Amino acid sequence: MTTTIIFTIVSLTLLGLVLALILYFVAQRFKVEEDPRIDDVEAILPGANCGGCGFAGCRAFAEGCVKAESLDALSCPVGGNEVMKSVASYLGMSVAEKAPQVAVVRCNGNCDTRAKTNHYDGYSSCAVMSTLYSGDTGCSYGCLGHGDCVVSCSFDAIHMDPRTGLPEVDQDKCTACGACVKACPKMIIELRNKGPKNRRIFVSCINKDKGGVARKACTVACIGCLKCQKVCPFEAITISNNLAYIDFNKCKLCRKCVTECPTHAIWEVNFPIRLPKPVESINVEQ
Amino acid sequence: MKKLLVSPAPHIHGKESTRGLMRDVIIALAPSLLVSIYFFGFSAIKLAFVGTITCVLVEYAIQKYIIKAKPSVKDYSAALTGLLLALNLPPNSPWWIVFIGSLVAIGIAKMSFGGLGQNLFNPALVGRVFLLVSFPVIMTDWTTPASWFREGIDSSTGATALSIVKEGLSKGMSMDEIFAQNDFSYAQMLFSKIGGSVGEVSAFALLLGLVYLIVRKVIRPHIPLSILGSVAIFSGIFWLISPENYPDPVFTLLTGGILMGAIFMATDYVTSPMSSKGMVIYGVGIGIITVLIRFYGAYPEGISFAILIMNATVPLLNNYFKPERFGKEVKNG
Amino acid sequence: MSRTFSIGGIHPGDNKISANAAIENFPLMETAYISLSQHLGAPAEPVVAKGDKVKTGQLIAKANGFISANIHSSVSGTVTSIEPYPDLSGNLVPHIIIKVEGDEWLEGIDRSEDIVREISMDSKEIIGRIADAGVVGLGGAAFPTHIKLSPPPNKKAEFLMINGAECEPYLTSDYRVMLESTEQILIGTKIMMKALGVKKAYFGVEENKPAAIKKLKAVASKGYKEIKIVSLKKMYPQGGEKQLIDAILKRRVPSMGLPIDTGVVVHNVGTALAVYEAIQKNKPLIDGVVTVTGKCMTEQRNFRLRVGTSFDTIMFAIGGFPKDAVKLVNGGPMMGKAISKMEAASVKSTSALLLLTDKETRRGVEGNCIRCGKCVDVCPMGLEPYLLNRLSRANRLEDLEVNMVHDCIECGSCMYSCPANIPLLDTIRLTKTQVLRIIRSRPKK
Repeated sequence: MTTTIIFTIVSLTLLGLVLALILYFVAQRFKVEEDPRIDDVEAILPGANCGGCGFAGCRAFAEGCVKAESLDALSCPVGGNEVMKSVASYLGMSVAEKAPQVAVVRCNGNCDTRAKTNHYDGYSSCAVMSTLYSGDTGCSYGCLGHGDCVVSCSFDAIHMDPRTGLPEVDQDKCTACGACVKACPKMIIELRNKGPKNRRIFVSCINKDKGGVARKACTVACIGCLKCQKVCPFEAITISNNLAYIDFNKCKLCRKCVTECPTHAIWEVNFPIRLPKPVESINVEQ
Repeated sequence: MKKLLVSPAPHIHGKESTRGLMRDVIIALAPSLLVSIYFFGFSAIKLAFVGTITCVLVEYAIQKYIIKAKPSVKDYSAALTGLLLALNLPPNSPWWIVFIGSLVAIGIAKMSFGGLGQNLFNPALVGRVFLLVSFPVIMTDWTTPASWFREGIDSSTGATALSIVKEGLSKGMSMDEIFAQNDFSYAQMLFSKIGGSVGEVSAFALLLGLVYLIVRKVIRPHIPLSILGSVAIFSGIFWLISPENYPDPVFTLLTGGILMGAIFMATDYVTSPMSSKGMVIYGVGIGIITVLIRFYGAYPEGISFAILIMNATVPLLNNYFKPERFGKEVKNG
Repeated sequence: MSRTFSIGGIHPGDNKISANAAIENFPLMETAYISLSQHLGAPAEPVVAKGDKVKTGQLIAKANGFISANIHSSVSGTVTSIEPYPDLSGNLVPHIIIKVEGDEWLEGIDRSEDIVREISMDSKEIIGRIADAGVVGLGGAAFPTHIKLSPPPNKKAEFLMINGAECEPYLTSDYRVMLESTEQILIGTKIMMKALGVKKAYFGVEENKPAAIKKLKAVASKGYKEIKIVSLKKMYPQGGEKQLIDAILKRRVPSMGLPIDTGVVVHNVGTALAVYEAIQKNKPLIDGVVTVTGKCMTEQRNFRLRVGTSFDTIMFAIGGFPKDAVKLVNGGPMMGKAISKMEAASVKSTSALLLLTDKETRRGVEGNCIRCGKCVDVCPMGLEPYLLNRLSRANRLEDLEVNMVHDCIECGSCMYSCPANIPLLDTIRLTKTQVLRIIRSRPKK
């Protein structure tokens, strides 16, 4: 009995030692020399592996930071300025501060304003639907409403609003990683500066059709009427292909265009409700 | 204006449905069920009823109350599992045996993997093997209950042909002696076996089911044929070397649930390979393991274990044995 | 045993209910909407302007780039505008819109019924004339025919193959053409053989069209001996180029390859007729035979339809959109494209309009994959659709390439057979284009 026990203990111990030695030599033999700073930079990063920086993941980004000559072209959208600052100070480099951004959905054609013209009976995916046809409303630019952006979001920051059938961004959770921008086959979602006090103004439409065609398909479409361009005191609005676009770097948030727009296609977000002249302002995220 | 329906091609769809396929398998089991009712009477009805109802109810309850999914018991897959389990039990089993087996089959082997299509092992077989190792006495008691047409056989002669052979061989008897002593005949085995599970009474009824499944294109013949073929060849080799000590291949094929396993258990869609090559390898593997367990293992029969072992290799088989690709090799002329 | 391709295949119901309806000329429409991108490749460049008077058969848009084709007016009248107009998929693309005034044809087009048998042009002239006439493949993809007839210099065509399989259910336009213009197709085949410089042609027809096979064989035996009529076992998707070559010659087109890699050029029956008309009758491609069918319709029709007829007009002509129908398909039920806008107009490659009821076409509720392997069984390319679907949903492009998603011919057999109603092809089609783009972007070795 005792001999059995002793034999078992000895043989197992020997086996363990031999295997440990093999493992040790293999690890030595195939050791990969890596810059130890990559580990440290990776530790500073948020670790979301969202790919918003353009790298495959946080480790690849850390490697990129360590190898890079300057950090100007690199940015972690999730960590924002603070993380980039600590990465820069660790690596002894400097980094320019970037304005925080947020994803905005540039379509406001909900079920009431954009009449259905077709029924769709296929796999519920915007990508599949967009390769098939223009969409089940008259507007061939607008949101298809199957939520590819929702699936793509790693931060639970975008959801379909069942009332409007449009996606809605949670500005507190959104890290501006850009995953939804890439996921949307219609290229509706854009990253824009968050703006002072989170206030921002944007054209919530990307329909490039002529005014009449666009209006027929959707009552809240941008019809390219030039009114907003004329009223803007800062030359922040440009109109091309029958579509207005507000440059967020030039916009001073005066809100003149919002009142001027005849189709309410220009949205203001997070502004106080106007008291003297009650204009139907659509505050999405309150 | 009419709102046109738009969807990607194809615009028409075949008539086959999961429900229809499962129903076809149940229909294929009907002859065996009827024969077993003829031989075992109320006992067979009781087991089939308890098995089917328990499986359906357990699946419904798990989907509705635990994983909060839309119940899918209408697809008959749970009912089929229950029926298969019941047909693989000894005819004299108490009702609670099939109840426990059903709980294990659906609750552990099927739903805990994620439900239909996700399970690695055949649920009915997991249930049966669970019972076999937990309640060995009940599960190897082959006494046959009385039926309306036939009197019950008492327990002393109620052993299966296989266990008689195994016991006889261990006592040093030769095959001829065992056959002479027990009055086995192939006709008996083909139409009404001496002892065995509820559904295995008649090999003929099982083969009828196989023909139905193949004609209706529910299954392809690759798996059953490769199992039966490999069992016949492999056990035939043993028999040719030493006819004294091993039963002949026909006897091996007709006993111990090989037909039941090859036709209904191994062909379960979820737990069998997809490509023809994979199917054949899977079938041959089952055949060889079955024969090895029979001739060298502790249990008189081995197909249940053989199928479960090969179930575990299915993901690998699917990965390594791809169908013949159209454009892979350039064959001209 | 008659021949068919070697892997997979399905038997969807035949439903050739319009087979006995003779081809009739569709009445002239009031307005023609002629799309500028009716072919694979870049849109054509318009050569007419608003207010111009055009005649039937006149060139109105020139090919733009290598893979492109000329477009001719299918009617005579006045160009009212050149503007974006919905195409089959509802997207606005430039169309030339012509108000129809009478039916005055351009001089030089032979509109008589006389069959011209003598082929006077040489290979180069033929290809040039086909390019001028704007002939595109009428089998579905609308690939410009003159490019297919000029194989790259390092590849040699051995055989020409005419695709008369028409394996899709419901479609009968090719069948009617084979019956009614038998000799014209065979002359068209000879013209293409001359253009390619090949000595032998195969003409594949499925067995479910015995009348067409009989007539083709009878005519071919008198003066068209180099064209072999091959009767094929009925099996979908036999009309796929790769499947047809496999069925007739037992040669397999390699992965990512073209039929010319096996020494074969495949053309459709409709294309053969268009080639005949372009070369022997000097008539550009401005019309085509279109089956208008559906079980919900009381009358089944085969029309000779001018390009640019709006679907509204067609529906009006057959007595209104049937009440039960919910879906209008341009093409067959397996590979056709569902039309989203009724105001859209027919294009060169329109070969059928199929009306389906909700019951016939509505997809079932998607269930769990039961791993029955039926999709693997039926896939004519030997792929594993169940696996490709799963990988596609996870967007695992590298694994998809290993499993050869790029070989998928989008025939829909897998989805047709799936008992769990899984939208296999929807997801596979999506990643297939992505994988193809990745493969093509790689530097050539």
